[in-house]
Amino acid sequence: MRVISQVGEWLDRRLQLAAAIRETAEHHVPRNTASWFYVFGSAALVVFLMQLVTGILLAIIYVPSAAEAWNSLQVLNHDITLGWFIRALHGWGSNFMVAIVLIHMVQVFLFGAYKFPRELTWVVGVFLLLMTLGMAFSGQVLRFDQDAYWGLGIGASIASRVPILGPATVKLMLGGPIIAGATLSRFFALHVFVIPGLLIALVGLHLLMVLKLGINDWPMPGRIVKRATYTAEYEELVRKDGAPFVPYAVWKDLFFAAFILAAVAACAIYFGPFGPSGRPDPTIIQTAPRPDYFFLWLYALLSLLPPSLETPALLIGPVVVIFALILLPFLFGEGEKSWRRRPIAVMSILLIAVSLGTLTHLSGFTPWSPHMNAWSGDPVPERFLKGTTALERQGALVFQVKQCRNCHSLGELGGQRGPTLDSVAVRLTPDQLIRQVIQGGGNMPAYGKNLSPAETTALVAFLATLHPPGQTPARNAALEESQAPAATPQR
Amino acid sequence: MPNENMLTRRGLFMKLGILFNGLVAAALAVPILRYVLSSVTRGSSYLGWVSLGHVNEFPEGETRLATFRNPIVMPADGKTVDTACWVRRIEGEQFQVFAINCMHLGCPVRWFPQSGLFMCPCHGGAYYRDGSRASGPPERGLFVYPYKVKDGLITIQAGELPTPGSPSAALGTERPPCA
Repeated sequence: MRVISQVGEWLDRRLQLAAAIRETAEHHVPRNTASWFYVFGSAALVVFLMQLVTGILLAIIYVPSAAEAWNSLQVLNHDITLGWFIRALHGWGSNFMVAIVLIHMVQVFLFGAYKFPRELTWVVGVFLLLMTLGMAFSGQVLRFDQDAYWGLGIGASIASRVPILGPATVKLMLGGPIIAGATLSRFFALHVFVIPGLLIALVGLHLLMVLKLGINDWPMPGRIVKRATYTAEYEELVRKDGAPFVPYAVWKDLFFAAFILAAVAACAIYFGPFGPSGRPDPTIIQTAPRPDYFFLWLYALLSLLPPSLETPALLIGPVVVIFALILLPFLFGEGEKSWRRRPIAVMSILLIAVSLGTLTHLSGFTPWSPHMNAWSGDPVPERFLKGTTALERQGALVFQVKQCRNCHSLGELGGQRGPTLDSVAVRLTPDQLIRQVIQGGGNMPAYGKNLSPAETTALVAFLATLHPPGQTPARNAALEESQAPAATPQR
Repeated sequence: MPNENMLTRRGLFMKLGILFNGLVAAALAVPILRYVLSSVTRGSSYLGWVSLGHVNEFPEGETRLATFRNPIVMPADGKTVDTACWVRRIEGEQFQVFAINCMHLGCPVRWFPQSGLFMCPCHGGAYYRDGSRASGPPERGLFVYPYKVKDGLITIQAGELPTPGSPSAALGTERPPCA
């Protein structure tokens, strides 16, 4: 024991850090901030540290070359002892980190922690979020597989839409005119040197500000933040009702951090590493690239936006969102902190959460994409063929062979890009069906050049049978009148 | 008598030192920026003509998949320099060579001869057999490579990833969508 304390004294004589560390650890925080709501920031830090360690461990095997990266991931997955586990930890750590950073941000927003005097802490936090997302995307690129290759193509397509600077941005991003070796090398540099370096620096700044300004006090409804009086009120609160951070509050941070690390490890063991999917070979075109989990909402949004809105939304949307986040503490730096008195804040969070959740959910079954194999894989349900004529059956055949099924479902099988046709005859008369098939419109391609008159006749004969039993098909009353002027009304 | 506004000898040297560092930094910034931006400032020298094979490999009236190697290849590129494209032989020596990339966000489109459509698996873009936009989110038709037929070989000018904003994308024949 005496030796240890002697070594400690020797070190501190030279480092002079003990006093500063003790002061930091024992600095007083308001008692009510020792809450389970205040553990997300430290958890994000702990996951970040784990990402640093696992990242370095992966880098000693990974080869950042377009020709070798995919093979080196296979080596990690299959040949190196527990290589799969380190990859899985890093992959799941990434997902957890994005999630925890977002939860931390929501908590900080709802607790009004971005208000005076912590505006800059929030702004630095916004940049930390952007860098976390940047790490998630560049990390997906380093898993240099089919999804990474086509994901880069999507990134390049978005970047190319920037007015004037678009083509130059694409070449800067890809390191050349195509996605190739230079692309992976620069994403490696971004993922391993540039963004982590900035992250470490900004995390340090973020933490320093939390220490200097004090942790946000628990928001009490009615306790209004005013620039003139807040600092004095906060100091009074800490003096009257404060407790040393260590050990009064820190144990919850420690418990939660350990829980999160255990959860990452459990996911890593249970679900294993992410990919890599197929080889990054652009000549293999039988692929449907999908982004990683946290960008799925964007994937859905890009499918559902009207084409004319897409470029403005892609280019202006992020700028508006980032500016809004940065301006938030300057526009609403004073006033009520408690979420109980801030209905708009609560509603905004709910709206964003529901929107992102819905878009992510939709991306799970991609109703906007044609089902490429529906025409050859999904049979026409028997009930639609029972008691049909030869012509109508021929029409059902045309319906399959011409791949109508890829976009239109029958009996809940097939694509969902276009409307389901189970009861199309109720909505459209045979003449309208012919027009729709031949000319297209309303987001449907025109099939006029691809169907012979006989095929069109058969197809429409089949479609005209598609109505629920007991429900009469649509008819053109005007036509019936003009064709049979003398007929007496039946009903 | 020391005056706060007076420039001391040491103060002057410090300012000169800062100025000196600024000059060196500015001088170093030029080559560094030129290095960083080299992929942008290279002009269009990366374009080149590559062969897709003999014209007889492409039957008239049909659309076939062809692959080619990028005109410029670096040692670390691996398989990424091999790209696919769709070759439509209209008749004789009349061709259309479409990029594989959807003009929405660049996913690989697939050709369905039965319905005469190119369909994209990502966001549901569709194109007619002549590459013009049929439906979905793309704002324009498929990118068309410039091509030449010489000595029975079909060659295309390639070397750049076709993106909606690339200058060579404007070469593609633009057609209004069918009404």
